[in-house]
Amino acid sequence: MDFKDAYKWVNLEFILEGFLVTLEVAAAAIALSFLIGCIAGTVRYMKIPVLSQLAAFLVELVRNLPLLLIIFFTMFALPEVGIKFGIVQSAIIALTVFEAAMISEIVRSGLNSIPKGQVEASRSSGLTSFQTLWHIVLPQGLRRMVPPLVSQFISLLKDTSLAVIIALPELMHNANIVIAHNFQTAVPILMFAAFLYFVVNYALSLASRRLENRMA
Amino acid sequence: MLDFTILTDNFGTYLRGFGNTAYASVLALAGSFLLGTLLAVFRITPVKPLQWIGTAYVEFVRNIPLLLVVYLFFLGLPSIGVVLSPFACGTLGLAVYTAAFIAEAVRAGILSVPKGQMEAARSSGLSYGMTMRLVILPQAVKIVIPPLNNQFINLIKNSSILSVISGFDLMFYADRIASDTYVVFSTYIFAGLFYLLLTLPLSYATGWLERRLARHD
Amino acid sequence: MRQRKWFVLGLAMLVLTVLTLAGCGKKEGNGAGGASPSSSASASSSAASAGGTSALDAIKSRGKLIVGVKYDTRLFGLKDPASGKVEGFDIDVAKGLAKELLGDESKLELKEVTSKTRIPMLDNGDIDLIVATMTISEERKKQVDFSDVYFKAGQSLLVKKGSPIKSIADIKKGTKVIGVKGSTSVKNIAEKAPDATVLEFDNYQDAFTALKAGQGNVLTTDNAILYGMASQDSNYEVVGGTFTDEPYGIAAKKGNADLVAFVNDYLKKLQDSGEYDKLYEKWIGETPMKE
Repeated sequence: MDFKDAYKWVNLEFILEGFLVTLEVAAAAIALSFLIGCIAGTVRYMKIPVLSQLAAFLVELVRNLPLLLIIFFTMFALPEVGIKFGIVQSAIIALTVFEAAMISEIVRSGLNSIPKGQVEASRSSGLTSFQTLWHIVLPQGLRRMVPPLVSQFISLLKDTSLAVIIALPELMHNANIVIAHNFQTAVPILMFAAFLYFVVNYALSLASRRLENRMA
Repeated sequence: MLDFTILTDNFGTYLRGFGNTAYASVLALAGSFLLGTLLAVFRITPVKPLQWIGTAYVEFVRNIPLLLVVYLFFLGLPSIGVVLSPFACGTLGLAVYTAAFIAEAVRAGILSVPKGQMEAARSSGLSYGMTMRLVILPQAVKIVIPPLNNQFINLIKNSSILSVISGFDLMFYADRIASDTYVVFSTYIFAGLFYLLLTLPLSYATGWLERRLARHD
Repeated sequence: MRQRKWFVLGLAMLVLTVLTLAGCGKKEGNGAGGASPSSSASASSSAASAGGTSALDAIKSRGKLIVGVKYDTRLFGLKDPASGKVEGFDIDVAKGLAKELLGDESKLELKEVTSKTRIPMLDNGDIDLIVATMTISEERKKQVDFSDVYFKAGQSLLVKKGSPIKSIADIKKGTKVIGVKGSTSVKNIAEKAPDATVLEFDNYQDAFTALKAGQGNVLTTDNAILYGMASQDSNYEVVGGTFTDEPYGIAAKKGNADLVAFVNDYLKKLQDSGEYDKLYEKWIGETPMKE
């Protein structure tokens, strides 16, 4: 193990560059998957005909497939039928599709956890179903969704590492390049990569716990 | 659009990958279940050092990517002179990674058993270990099964990581078929169907169990 | 009624999302809007293939040549983490192409490709040309248009010094051979040594790392790439000579005849001026063999 060679500034800088790509891709995918997940989850909660069934089918399909397969599929298979994306887009789209399915389930069960009696009460007092959702169900449901949502975002950040297979220049990709230059740096470099992931993800999970305590 | 000759011509190859994926998943499940339960017990014992070990393990492993865990086995072990096959590295990595999540599920299950039961059992003369084994764990199991099932589904999906280190799983063979035939779309659709063959039944079983347990409460 | 309103709102947000995504991806600036990813993508691909303007004109009007190269292959295309530069034989050829076409070698944009990603990226229009240690094969000719041969390589073996494996004949049942997914070498070895276990990785870096980690007994690919690895780590050596011919070509998207013609003209000029021999010597360390 060659700690001295591994922790040269050029190497660390190169890996940090990769980490920036990781964070950017993760941020884009988090925003998009949250949006789509909320829509799909609400559609299923409100049992909007046809759309609800369609969402259920897609969510079940995606939830039961490996992310690696979805990334491959987006990058290599879709071009065969005329749908073409670049590397960064493929990574963001695949992550979004995969995580949106998970998030829609979190949103749905969060909304469902609000007792039906409340919904009936507010409906009979003259609120529309949209108003009921917006003013009664969502504020309470959101509180319960925060912890699973944050842990899903942490998963997403970790899952960006799978985009190494399509040569996205993210953290693990750059770590591999450094390791290839000198195999003795493998363990120190992997430790540094683990440290970066850990710091960000652990901070996220602490923030989520604090938020949860404040809301409770 | 779908080229069925891909499936018929390469059925044996798909099947080999499917078998290895199933095998790796079962091995990793057994390993992660044992390790995860042990860690959960660590986290709730009154012994402080064990608590620290359990907490440190869970917090660390949960916050780093599976790929990194697998690389630690694949690239890290050889630098201390231990070389395991890619399949073994992948399976070990999966077990170590999933154990952190299983530990959390089991811990939540154990904590859901009222504290009074522990006290009652202890005061009637059972040791801590016996109380755990005979009183707490059997009740916790019921609560733990649905989240455990979810973890197993995740584990099967995550086993595709083996393909990155040449672990001869379903995804690895799908890559090989795609680069042999240059037919990518159909190849991965069929690979996806093979994954669904493993995950969908489990997914439905989880839903069914959740509904059943909810009814009995 | 109310539900309908909700539905419209949801749909509007979805369209917004798709537009954002399409916006992210709009680098080439093809006119099609962003109604849905599939329709805009298919529209752009048909514009590229069926439209009146040639690929060469499109590059000229863009003022930049985009070439897919390896970032992980010493002597051909290697990214140095220290300098951030990509260097190698392929890179110099790409620079020459940019200079010939646009008058300035700085009008070149490099993009990383692997053996697996290069054809999809070419099809996508992400890159104009592939200059990435790509062997001309009959199967690949169905997918891309190749230039004339610009480098003659042959498949060989890389082993740790002192290994009992001296040639392809020593690869027997139980020997673990490391290769790269989607490369011709992996297919060749399956034919020449069918009993060997072939481990496949996503790129040459990972393959060489796996060899160093002791995951395999031998790494196989083109000799030129293996020489680069051996020069990187003196514990490894190339053995057994070459047992296949791997002529490298520069690939363009199918149907771009003018681009291929331009590349061939440039390659011929490179040969005639003696510039090619200098380039070869600079990277490979010897003059190319003449037939």
